[in-house]
Amino acid sequence: MIKVYTSSVIEAPADAVWAQLRDFNGLPKWTPFVAESRIEGELAADKIGCVRNFRLKDGGVIREQLLTLSDYDYQCSYSILESPMSVANYVATLKLTPVTDGNHTFAEWSAEFDCAPEREKELAQKIGQGVFQAAFNSLKSLLRN
Amino acid sequence: MIRVTRSAVIDAPIARVWEVLRNFNSHSAWHPAVGESKIENGEPADQVGCVRNFFLKDGNHLREQLLALSDRDHVSTYCILDATLPMQRYVATVQLKPVTDGERTFWHWQSTFEVPRGREKEFEELVGKGVYESGFEGLRAFLRRGGNVSRPAATADALQAQAIVVKAFGGPEVLSFEPITASAPGHNEVRIRQTAIGVNYIDVYIRKGLYRMIEPPAAIGMEAAGVVQDVGTGVAHLLPGDRVAYACSLPGAYATVRTMPADQVVVLPDEVSDEMAAAVMLKGMTAEYLLHRTHRLRPGQNVLVHAAAGGVGLLLCQWAKGLGAKVIGTVSSEDKARRARANGCDFPIVTGNYSFAREVKNLTNGRGAEVIYDGLGREAAAENLEALAFTGHWVCYGQASGPHHAQPDLSSKSGTLSRPVLFHYTAERAVLQEIAGHVFKALREQTIRVELHHRYPLAAAAEAHRDLEARRTSGSIVLLP
Repeated sequence: MIKVYTSSVIEAPADAVWAQLRDFNGLPKWTPFVAESRIEGELAADKIGCVRNFRLKDGGVIREQLLTLSDYDYQCSYSILESPMSVANYVATLKLTPVTDGNHTFAEWSAEFDCAPEREKELAQKIGQGVFQAAFNSLKSLLRN
Repeated sequence: MIRVTRSAVIDAPIARVWEVLRNFNSHSAWHPAVGESKIENGEPADQVGCVRNFFLKDGNHLREQLLALSDRDHVSTYCILDATLPMQRYVATVQLKPVTDGERTFWHWQSTFEVPRGREKEFEELVGKGVYESGFEGLRAFLRRGGNVSRPAATADALQAQAIVVKAFGGPEVLSFEPITASAPGHNEVRIRQTAIGVNYIDVYIRKGLYRMIEPPAAIGMEAAGVVQDVGTGVAHLLPGDRVAYACSLPGAYATVRTMPADQVVVLPDEVSDEMAAAVMLKGMTAEYLLHRTHRLRPGQNVLVHAAAGGVGLLLCQWAKGLGAKVIGTVSSEDKARRARANGCDFPIVTGNYSFAREVKNLTNGRGAEVIYDGLGREAAAENLEALAFTGHWVCYGQASGPHHAQPDLSSKSGTLSRPVLFHYTAERAVLQEIAGHVFKALREQTIRVELHHRYPLAAAAEAHRDLEARRTSGSIVLLP
């Protein structure tokens, strides 16, 4: 089991940040690497158990299932059902906490998964920096404008 | 119920912030609203259950107890036990999280509590702004000025200092006052600006080369007190500016500034002066473990203390008397007998030739001593065995007349022999803290007293040694840098 943890401070109120993140079908709107996304079976995007099926700009297809969603805690978690990354038991959690000093948002994105031992370092880097941090950066510039 | 939540981002790595916040008594150093604060009963400030007893600068007084501490999760939870403010059921949690995007720290501070009806807003403001928000600012300022682990560049360097160095083994003339450098404290180290240094007979033995604990040229000295200049990484129980003292196993205390392992250093309570601490650490902690750990002395026991007018001997007599024991001592002169008697020794035996067993038997109705504190060694071995009660405990903590030739025949008394060494008892910081705390408490309650008549400038250490060896001193000696 490997764990990845990325956190950042976003200079916008938590409600504004959460409005973007709670849309489980919204990745194309705020991440730089998702081309298109849909929710399978015509379920609502905030229905626990719904599956988002999205295509990366590099062509890869990923299916992820929403496991928890809490507007009260500004938190959601999801698992990967299918992906080109060859990971197993992948569960990720995204959580926001208000920073009362300056009315900003502390954002945490963590994941746990299994993979071949020789790929751990590469995947941790790819997910922690290439996905989570890159998405935070993109979210920051989106919310600044 | 009121819930107050405040959070902030601190521009420092989490390790640095946590190092300060995990110390339950550090708030007087960084929080602008907090005045004097101490941890009750001399407990360590990271001991779950410890109580901090403090004043706010507005005059209010609070006692708060540490309920939980997690270095893994960077969480500290505490509650108010008593306060001069009308707050009930106050429980607060401080949690830190790393901001991996830039080496910063997210600090979340939350509490729930109750106040009299109608005063909710006032207290939400008081706690949220007056305590939490001003705390964020206070800690930022504290870290900026280099508090605790974030050492300012100026003191990250070696400091010029002076020390008394043994040039070669020999008489007092080999002691030389020389410039040295005190390196910046490394991991688990502290650098202390020393204000008073204790002189002990062991220093003379080391200077002469009888105890090969140094290789000249090297500084000597086992104990001192002073003020923390700065601390290295990994040190959580000390902060710059703390008044501290130590007695340690590594010679080198005869110096104006010393860099040393932090886990041997304890914070001094207000009522123990630097000079008193320098004079009492080694002897006081020795008496503590001998009477409470090596042997647990009980009221009514017959205890035999050799060299009862010596440095450790006087403390043993005072403390043993305080514990309700019947104290018999040996001394070498009538003068010393008077001093021993004035310090709790019920029956000083004057003897110049290590002959005391018969007298001890007479004083104990033939029983003998249940415990013997023996710093004499070889020459007194036969008499000690004779003076020991059946199933008695013979505690041999020194050997002034030379090491024992052979194991004494303890089976003749079903006796127990212990050969304790202070630094084995103080190897764990929690136990050291307990022993030192016990000594400070005994001083406060005047169970033990230290006579301090002789003060010399550090540069005059050779003179202090001459006077000590010529027996021109009585009581403790300290050197002042």
